Amino acid sequence: MTNPPGADLHLPEGCMAGIAMHELSLCENILQVLEQQADVQQYRKVKTVWLEIGALAGVEIEALRFSFDMVVQGSLADHALLEIIEIPGQAWCSSCNRDVFVEQRYDLCPHCGSHQLQVNSGDQMRIKELEVE
Amino acid sequence: MCGVCGCGEGHSHSHDHDHEHSDDHHHHDHEHEHEAAHTHAPGLSQTRMVQIEQDILAKNNRYAAENRRYFGERGILALNLVSSPGSGKTTLLTETIVLLKNELDIMVIEGDQQTARDAERIRATGVPALQINTGKGCHLDAHRVGHALETLQPLNHSLLFIENVGNLVCPASFDLGEAHKVVILSVTEGEDKPLKYPDMFHAADLMILNKTDLLPYLDFDVEQCLQYAKQVNPRIKILSLSAKTGEGMDSWLRWLKAELEVQRIEYA
Repeated sequence: MTNPPGADLHLPEGCMAGIAMHELSLCENILQVLEQQADVQQYRKVKTVWLEIGALAGVEIEALRFSFDMVVQGSLADHALLEIIEIPGQAWCSSCNRDVFVEQRYDLCPHCGSHQLQVNSGDQMRIKELEVE
Repeated sequence: MCGVCGCGEGHSHSHDHDHEHSDDHHHHDHEHEHEAAHTHAPGLSQTRMVQIEQDILAKNNRYAAENRRYFGERGILALNLVSSPGSGKTTLLTETIVLLKNELDIMVIEGDQQTARDAERIRATGVPALQINTGKGCHLDAHRVGHALETLQPLNHSLLFIENVGNLVCPASFDLGEAHKVVILSVTEGEDKPLKYPDMFHAADLMILNKTDLLPYLDFDVEQCLQYAKQVNPRIKILSLSAKTGEGMDSWLRWLKAELEVQRIEYA
């Protein structure tokens, strides 16, 4: 947790050499939504994609950016900008009876130290809006 | 060809959000007062904003909902077994099947990147098994599982095990329509796995601590491990067992039968 930046590569177990498969498949899902919405919303090109990514969603933002550029090549979103809105993790502490901020799922309540926390925000992965033409 | 999901594009799906055009206050880049300073002519560039508000996994979640409905209508208990590679998932499965196959109808969907070895191990016990090879994919998704159901045709009121690809990361996010995720952790792994892979332990309803017969030879701190798991997921239930020696298997079998009974009652 106190490692200097770049000291560790955050490639989770189960990911293919050098490529974070998880983020890659998320990007494929994003592209599917963009393509499917092109008919509904009448656009031919996607210029910017705004995503809401929760701190507890288990997504490596850098891996997501890398995968996105790769996945959208040659598609209607080729060279699209990816704007990521990070949503902080929030949980209900049943001891304190209030919402508290958490950075990880295993965090204890910052006020009382309890682990009886119910995450209620920060695990979302949503496509919020698009700039299209 | 795909009756469950309509694989081909253009299939109908309802959008229950009809607010796309209702917020007129939204970005209209070409109506700024300083527009005259811009070089582009109004109307030439048709850049505009569209609201999407869609979960990235919405498509998978729709297939998962279909699968869940399929299981519900048939009173099938579907369990999504997840773990890192080598935790003993397949051995746990084969031992479970041997103990239960005379009482219950059991079927298995096996997910691996390559080979049909696990499905063959399951078939050797005498129950139907279907292998899905995900190739480079690191998890099963609800769409593939839906197709596997078409082929496998699980019996009503049966117990369906879906053995996911050995991976503690991605399968946490991909709902398959299962009743429960069951995470298997073996004592040859570190006791801090729940902290290292919190999403998976958070997503699971049951954790099985496997290979307990090896505890005398290891420095594995069981209490600490269980505490870490509870820290990540205060609701998680935990069973300790050894699929190899059979120690603790009776609790697991009772849990399976109880859950199957619940599934049958709910959709009777």
